[in-house]
Amino acid sequence: MSGGILFEDVSKFYGEVLGVNHVTLAIGPGVTSLVGPNGSGKTTLMNLMTGLVRPSRGQVSVLGISPEHPEQLFRRTGYATQYDAFPRGLTGYDFLYHCMRLHGAARAEAKRAAWEALRRVGLEEAAGRRIAAYSKGMRQRLKLAQALAHEPVVLVLDEPLNGLDPIARAQTLALLKELASQGRYVIVSSHILHELDRISDAIVLLDGGYIVAEGRIGEVREEVKDQPARFLIRASAARQLAAHLMEAGAADEVRLGASGDTAVVGTRSAEQMLLTLNRLAVELGADIETVAPVDADVESLYQYLVGAGGDFS
Amino acid sequence: MSSSAWPAWARQVRAVVALEWKKGFAGKRTGWILLLAALPVMLAAGHSLAMWRRGDWIHTVTGDSRTFAGLFQLAYLRFSIYLGCAVVFANLFRGDALDRTLHYYLLAPLRREVLVCAKFLAGLSALVPLFLGSVAASYLSLMAHFGPRFEEFLLEGEGLAHLGWYLVVTALASLGYGALFLVVGQIFANPMLPAAVLLVSESINAFLPPPLQKLSVVYYLKTLVPVKLPETGPLAVLAADLAPMPAWKAVLGVLLFSAALLACAAFRARRLEIRYEE
Repeated sequence: MSGGILFEDVSKFYGEVLGVNHVTLAIGPGVTSLVGPNGSGKTTLMNLMTGLVRPSRGQVSVLGISPEHPEQLFRRTGYATQYDAFPRGLTGYDFLYHCMRLHGAARAEAKRAAWEALRRVGLEEAAGRRIAAYSKGMRQRLKLAQALAHEPVVLVLDEPLNGLDPIARAQTLALLKELASQGRYVIVSSHILHELDRISDAIVLLDGGYIVAEGRIGEVREEVKDQPARFLIRASAARQLAAHLMEAGAADEVRLGASGDTAVVGTRSAEQMLLTLNRLAVELGADIETVAPVDADVESLYQYLVGAGGDFS
Repeated sequence: MSSSAWPAWARQVRAVVALEWKKGFAGKRTGWILLLAALPVMLAAGHSLAMWRRGDWIHTVTGDSRTFAGLFQLAYLRFSIYLGCAVVFANLFRGDALDRTLHYYLLAPLRREVLVCAKFLAGLSALVPLFLGSVAASYLSLMAHFGPRFEEFLLEGEGLAHLGWYLVVTALASLGYGALFLVVGQIFANPMLPAAVLLVSESINAFLPPPLQKLSVVYYLKTLVPVKLPETGPLAVLAADLAPMPAWKAVLGVLLFSAALLACAAFRARRLEIRYEE
């Protein structure tokens, strides 16, 4: 085992209850979203990679380090858990300062890192207030600050968008995107699928403790053969183009927009459909403005692979 | 991570101790611990005051020295120090788990063995000075009514040596019971029942089979207490003597017993999983 985050045939049982089973997985840099219904194993996976639980079988390594060695692992890893609790009696600043001291930072360095983390999550003004008086959103941001303060290479975030207002959500997503662009590993679980979609490079789709699909979003979508790939076509003669695509057998389904200049075309052979579309555009003299996939996203993949019945957490 | 003169692990130990102090150890039960330390002092002061008001000059320093030995064995070893350690040390891990904050320690680059030792030190840093102060205050206030006779006993007789040994036993008792309750707090969801069972076992230690006697803190401490209790009367059970051993052996015994318990706590900490929902 070397770089990245690796799971080798990992299973975790809580007594008789299955956490995850036979997970073999490699997570690379960028944003990876863990998606699945309640009890699907998302938190178990995160706890396994940070050593908060131990695998019943198999091996986990993070950047070549076993979670059995926290003294090495947490020099390079930060984890914001789902638990909404903090040591009693502390202010936001106290909490981050003590966390940095636990990381072995000297006083001056702990102070600097605590303030920097507070600044990054926009909690500078509330730094001196007791955490008990914080709103849910502020506590969520404080957990993010705790995970970030020591500048980890691997950032694991369990439901980091929970309780955040829209502006704070957008800021958090921008921050995660920025961290990922620096080559870090950002592993995030959230039930706000359309927002995950904006930042995710890869997904791991879980159901009942098993991995249903994993990889880059486009690649995973290509693997879903039983659902036609759907494309939005915005063009001057969208209705005509859609009809010709059906006639040519390049499209399996067509849904026309009310305005007449858009159509959603479903196909089991995206490559053939796009080639035919190009040819038709030339033949018909149609002016194509947009051709974009509409179901190569986290939410659609979830619907296709897990179904709408899942209870998100 | 930093250019400080202290190695990182030493800074981490200090950080754990500082955080435990900041959190206030026993939380709402801190007042009870202070009361546990104050109670024997009040008893001793009450005794002294009563003797002074009665003008009981038949009373001897040696006699009150024995009274203090009873107070020490009963009120400190079997009550205040024992319960104080139960509350503070059993809560070092269990309290954090109940508050759902234990994971913050486990998310730091800190060996779990170091975490166990650091939490143990934090508990000792709170209780040892508290009980040392309490024992010294009790001793002085119990004997205070003798005035110059006590001064003579303290400075020219055995008084100072006795007090020194009581303080040593107090520190060792905190160490031994602290380690014991650190493990108890890791194993039991409610440590009070095992604490009661262990208290009975400590109290009847002299009547247990010899191999079992050694698995006890009081077994080692009893031989270090400078004044023996009379073997008749209400405190006879506490007085029941064990095979005498040299002081160095008794001190070493407590240290080894505590080290074994700490090793057990460290082993459990290494296998610890965060599952608050249970």
